[in-house]
Amino acid sequence: MDFLIMNHMGFPILSALIFLPLVGALILLCIPGETAAKNWTMLVTVVTALVSLPLYWNFDATTAKYQFGEHASWISALHINYTLGIDGISLLLVLLTTLIMPLCVLGSWRYIDKRVKEFMICLLLMETSMLGVFMALDFILFYLLWEAMLIPMYLLIAVWGGPRKVYASTKFFLYTLAGSVLLLVAIIALYLDQGTFSIPTLMGQDYSTNFQILIFLAFFLAFAIKVPMFPFHTWLPAAHVEAPTAGSVILASILLKMGTYGFLRFCLPITPEATMIFVPYILWLSVAGILYGGFTALAQQDMKKLIAYSSVGHMGFVTLGIFVLNQQGIEGALLQMINHGITTGALFFCVGMIYERTHSRELDAAAGLGKYMPVYVSFLAFFSLSSLAFPGTNSFVGEFLILVGGFANNKIVTAFAIPGAVLAAAYMFRMLQRVVWGRPVNPDHSGILDLNVREMVTLAPLLFFVFWIGLAPAPFLKVMHVSVTHLIEQVGVASGGTVSVAKLMIP
Amino acid sequence: MKLMLFAPELFLLLGSLILFLVSTGKVGGKKARAVTLSLALINVLVCFACLHQEGSLFHEAYRIDFFSQLVKLVISMGFAVVLLFSTELKGIDDGVRPEYYLFLTLSTLGLLMLVSSVELLTMFIALELSSYSLYLLVPMRDDRTGLRMQMESAIKYILFGVVATGVMLFGMSYLFGLTGTTYLVELLPRLHQMMGSPAALIAIAMVLGGFFFKLAVFPFHSWVPDVYQGASNETTAFIASVPKVAAVAMLIRLTALATPEGQPIVMLLIVLSVCSMFYGNLVALVQTDIKRMLGFSGIAHAGYVLLGLVTMQEVGYATSLYYIVGYLVMSLAGFLVICKVSEHGENLAVDDLSGLHKRSPLLALTLAVSMFAMAGIPPFVGFMGKFMLLTGAYKAGHLPLVILAAINTAIAIYYYLSVVRVVYSASPEDRPAVVVGGMAKAVSVGLVMIIIAMGIFPDQILQLATDAVRAIL
Repeated sequence: MDFLIMNHMGFPILSALIFLPLVGALILLCIPGETAAKNWTMLVTVVTALVSLPLYWNFDATTAKYQFGEHASWISALHINYTLGIDGISLLLVLLTTLIMPLCVLGSWRYIDKRVKEFMICLLLMETSMLGVFMALDFILFYLLWEAMLIPMYLLIAVWGGPRKVYASTKFFLYTLAGSVLLLVAIIALYLDQGTFSIPTLMGQDYSTNFQILIFLAFFLAFAIKVPMFPFHTWLPAAHVEAPTAGSVILASILLKMGTYGFLRFCLPITPEATMIFVPYILWLSVAGILYGGFTALAQQDMKKLIAYSSVGHMGFVTLGIFVLNQQGIEGALLQMINHGITTGALFFCVGMIYERTHSRELDAAAGLGKYMPVYVSFLAFFSLSSLAFPGTNSFVGEFLILVGGFANNKIVTAFAIPGAVLAAAYMFRMLQRVVWGRPVNPDHSGILDLNVREMVTLAPLLFFVFWIGLAPAPFLKVMHVSVTHLIEQVGVASGGTVSVAKLMIP
Repeated sequence: MKLMLFAPELFLLLGSLILFLVSTGKVGGKKARAVTLSLALINVLVCFACLHQEGSLFHEAYRIDFFSQLVKLVISMGFAVVLLFSTELKGIDDGVRPEYYLFLTLSTLGLLMLVSSVELLTMFIALELSSYSLYLLVPMRDDRTGLRMQMESAIKYILFGVVATGVMLFGMSYLFGLTGTTYLVELLPRLHQMMGSPAALIAIAMVLGGFFFKLAVFPFHSWVPDVYQGASNETTAFIASVPKVAAVAMLIRLTALATPEGQPIVMLLIVLSVCSMFYGNLVALVQTDIKRMLGFSGIAHAGYVLLGLVTMQEVGYATSLYYIVGYLVMSLAGFLVICKVSEHGENLAVDDLSGLHKRSPLLALTLAVSMFAMAGIPPFVGFMGKFMLLTGAYKAGHLPLVILAAINTAIAIYYYLSVVRVVYSASPEDRPAVVVGGMAKAVSVGLVMIIIAMGIFPDQILQLATDAVRAIL
């Protein structure tokens, strides 16, 4: 247990975070009334967010060990434990999750008008499992929550989704599940090799190269589908377009991060040799994703689809940053994961707000809204700028770090990623131009009201973070620094001679 | 106290006599049900009281150990649950309901006796007692459609059953011929000496065939879809769940025969397991009748269960037992919903479940939990069982089998999900709301809780299963 610093907070803070939403959901079962259900869920998510804040203050940024640790035996027959802990890699993701959930509740306040209680229960169950995934240090605990999350997410899309919800939800479920069945086999293989499910213990062991390659491929399939990396991305636009606003936000902000988190937490430290072998292919896949996402987004008429494809591009940057395997790249990728969560989440909220008013997500139908909704388009403009990595906004810092790391590692691959940034500007400005100044073709927007206070409260915190991270990223980079250094050491230790091989394989 | 050893069986036997007397008079189904239900519930208590009995009866032909007693408890519970939720017995004509309950009880009695049998002929008689009672239950369905579908099913069931029995008897005759005894205890050491000979292997494989039939393992599966479809919903609920527990228990007893040098038997089990999984899952994909679909899914689950047997180890047997108990709960939960949604006891197409979450949220949730559990999604029991089975099989060195089983999980999710999809996404159109009684509600909540609890805290049950398996090895 030398990888774990036990929790000294006086109460099990990580367990509290996991179980608060779960207990909240159970209590919600007995609360009658729709408004009461909303208020209760709001309360639960806000309390969870408040409880999570001390994690940041009390986080020790000078160690790469897992902190706030908790450990209890769970299924003794199979050596499965209930082990929780967070390090610099998961800290910000946990905080992102807890902070974005109240906004999701707020954003669904009017959007969801049927089966409100069940919707809120699904949201709370999602929060439980998402937090658990980022905190779990036991493979079975991780897998359990990783899979269990599919059920509430499936229901969010299948029950409250748009016209093609059946297709989208089924596709989402099948893709994700098909990806993770071999993950389970890989977990079992690791367990039988080492006799433990403890994730930190499995890192840095002396596995044979062939074994590593098989494990890596099983991991990669599961995580690449979740990210989603090109060419496993086809479930994403469908799911995004059909999901209700809160579902899209959760999907974009947190669910996609689980894939990249999986790369960082499992692929790199557990199978470093295999990682080195596959790096060239993954880098090129990332570049393909960046360009493909950009070009496809450029052609979209549906705003949600546009943002969904932009996500494919942005996540391509993240995987690029992860697999250049140096300090800047990985830190940039981690920061970009948070940024993407903030910015894309906000953009989905924005689209949802238009949809509530015009009942359409078509760019043409939204054209010219700027005249009647000045506050709204200001928000939209800032988030769009952030999405295209405009200097001064959060994504600029992340993308910049990734590109720095990329150029340090491999100039050609990175050079191919650069047009992605230009494409992002193109599709975002295209959307902005239409919405802010475009002339409405037929519908009359004159009766449309600007944002109300609730909607501004939903977007304002996200805007605040856009500029905070954009102008002063140090507080966010500080906490991940030591953990990332440690991670690179873990990859480097076992790599040895393979580095040069990998370098040779990339032109 | 020898009486205690035989108490559960004796109790059910007396109960059957009472039901027999009841059925001769002019008593309606309601009273017969009350009698049977109280019998079943008391029987659970009796089984519980006898849980730690040990000993043997009838000249050593009948062993009472923790293994048999635990399985008996599970079987009685399954029996009681089926009776608890089949309140109306919609598909059966009121005139034959007392007889229906009589044969249902007799069938359970047969299963209870089966798990204690350690002598080939006793085994055979117990198995037939349970089977013949089941054969009779199928044609008792009322002839609503006028197609006499239940008759066709019953005939198929009997014919396939008789063939399977014949195969088993033939295998038993080999065993007797080879060893000169019908007692498993004496048979075991003598058989070990001739493990290499093909005759011994064929004998064991054939005897296993009788139980493969009960469990619906490929190639003894072909009765499943038609019988599931032809029998009334309540009958199917019973056939699909309770006898399978006994079948797995007996398979464990018999597979233990083949150890330690049972490599050909292991190969056989692997092949059958893979065939069952692929056949069941692939065919289930295209089913529109939900009972047929569950039938094929049951074939696939039988394949999963065999994963535990191929390990030929204590842990593997224990996980098989754990899995089949989990399957009992999952499928009972699913059939509960089918029985309740079916208004007059007719068969349900998957589409008939449309919009169930508006017509009855609790049943919709129960069905979703049952389907996700069968698909092996955590945190339900299906996942934990499958995970342990895969771990065990991998540990025993059967990596290809593990990968094939994992792929099957991915295939299977589609049809389970399509049920959930219909339940939650389709609109109910003009289908009526489903009326659920208090008892059925309580049972469905209970089953859901068991499915979740067994999935999250498998430790105790697994420990019980391990202790039980240890008692017979």
